[in-house]
Amino acid sequence: MIVEFKLTNLPIGEKAEVVSVLAQGVARNRLLDLGLVPKTIIEAVRKSPLGDPVAYKIRGAVIALRAEESSQIRVRSLN
Amino acid sequence: MSSLEAEFNQIIDQAQAVRNRVGAVRDQIVSDIYHQAREITEKVVKTYNSRDPDRKIDDIVTSKIFGYPLMFALLSLVFWLTISGANVPSAFLADLLFGFQHQLTAVFQWAGSPDWLHGVLVLGLYRCLAWVVSVMLPPMAIFFPLFTFLEDLGYLPRVAFNLDKLFKKAGAHGKQILTMCMGFGCNAAGVIACRIIESPRERLIAVLTNNFVPCNGRFPTLITMAAVFMGTLVSGYNNFAASALVAGVVVLGVSVTLAVSWILSKTLLKGVPSTFTLELPPYRIPKIGSLLIRSILDRTLFVLMRAVVVAAPAGAVTWILANIQIGDLSIIGHLAGRFDGFGRLIGLDGFIILAFLLGLPANEIVTPILIMSYLTQGVLLELDSIGALRQILINNGWTWLTALNMLLFSLLHFPCATTLLTIRQETQSIKWTVLAALIPTVIGILVCFLVAQIVRTLGFQF
Repeated sequence: MIVEFKLTNLPIGEKAEVVSVLAQGVARNRLLDLGLVPKTIIEAVRKSPLGDPVAYKIRGAVIALRAEESSQIRVRSLN
Repeated sequence: MSSLEAEFNQIIDQAQAVRNRVGAVRDQIVSDIYHQAREITEKVVKTYNSRDPDRKIDDIVTSKIFGYPLMFALLSLVFWLTISGANVPSAFLADLLFGFQHQLTAVFQWAGSPDWLHGVLVLGLYRCLAWVVSVMLPPMAIFFPLFTFLEDLGYLPRVAFNLDKLFKKAGAHGKQILTMCMGFGCNAAGVIACRIIESPRERLIAVLTNNFVPCNGRFPTLITMAAVFMGTLVSGYNNFAASALVAGVVVLGVSVTLAVSWILSKTLLKGVPSTFTLELPPYRIPKIGSLLIRSILDRTLFVLMRAVVVAAPAGAVTWILANIQIGDLSIIGHLAGRFDGFGRLIGLDGFIILAFLLGLPANEIVTPILIMSYLTQGVLLELDSIGALRQILINNGWTWLTALNMLLFSLLHFPCATTLLTIRQETQSIKWTVLAALIPTVIGILVCFLVAQIVRTLGFQF
């Protein structure tokens, strides 16, 4: 069974695969620019001291996303 | 009516369909590009799977426990190195430049020039220049390379990462932190840096609050006042306490930035924060050579030149104001008298208020103007140490409250003329420019007034 969920709910240290980006407009362009296209592997690396934003490893780069952005990204677990 | 409406809705639906199709194509293009890029990288790039040292550094730098204390400690360390390191070269430069003043005087006497010319050019213009160079150059030549080091190292994005949530809550953009870091160097540069924020609302917030980060022109005043404050409060103070105080002032500035951003985004500039993504780049050991060249040439000398250009005429004007007598008092004395009541109310005095007003062209000259106006009667002592300065201030009725409020007012008052002009240029609006001057000034007056009243009510000796 494939479980699909928001990127926001990905626990730190775990990896997932991008299913779709729900954001529209400028925000969508920004996320696509970062390489967040379907099938991309993404790993939650660390939380900032106050819990938000969260840093993700995307294609070798570490990018911090606020919860507003990461909740717009659908991912599924790898196994 | 209803047929029109139906037609309209149909057009909207069609437009939406086209948009979706184009959107899908666009997504496909992006996916293909990334797919190809990955195939190529897999063929040609080898990664050695060494344990990522960056992760270990980030574990500490962004940790819940150490993240904030480390930021404060690093900030204090930078100030401590600046304060302790600048003492000796500052004294050396002062000796050199004030020594040259005597030779200038000798030349003027030999040429038989009138007293007023010697006064304006040597005692006014040159002395103010000498003061600005000897007080500002050494701290800047230490502070800017240190700051550039942290920048090149990749530490600043971590600061933004740590603080972002606070800025989000204040309704501001995460990149505002980066524009504030520029503001440390120069607020005018910080205001220009706000262009990196796309959303007009958040950009305006960043522009209006940039002044709450003390710029390089104010650091000499902050550092001097911190030392005077510590020295007046406790005998045998050390530089470390003074540097922690300056770091505390910076933290206060950041807090005020957050508070004002929050108020603005709830009142004049309503709205929700826009998209924010921030890269945490790998740490890099900076190249010391290029770091020194960039920080000394591009920043230190640039800021110093600006200060010199403003300080020279300001020194001349101050001397004239201080030496033309109306009745039994100089013009500066009359002006300061006007502001004295108000100044004392907020724990300062008339001369300090006047120095801030005359220092509008550049914050660098506030302290020199103040010293010059205090010293109008006497001959300028060889002002080569903070101890000597403290004595002059105490002779003019200063207490630790005066030093503390001077420190606060230096952080919280109108931006310099250059910054105001830049704000005018960037916002294309007189209204926002006026507001950018009013907000910090009103806050500064309120804070100083409260501190003065509290301290006096608690009955400390004055």
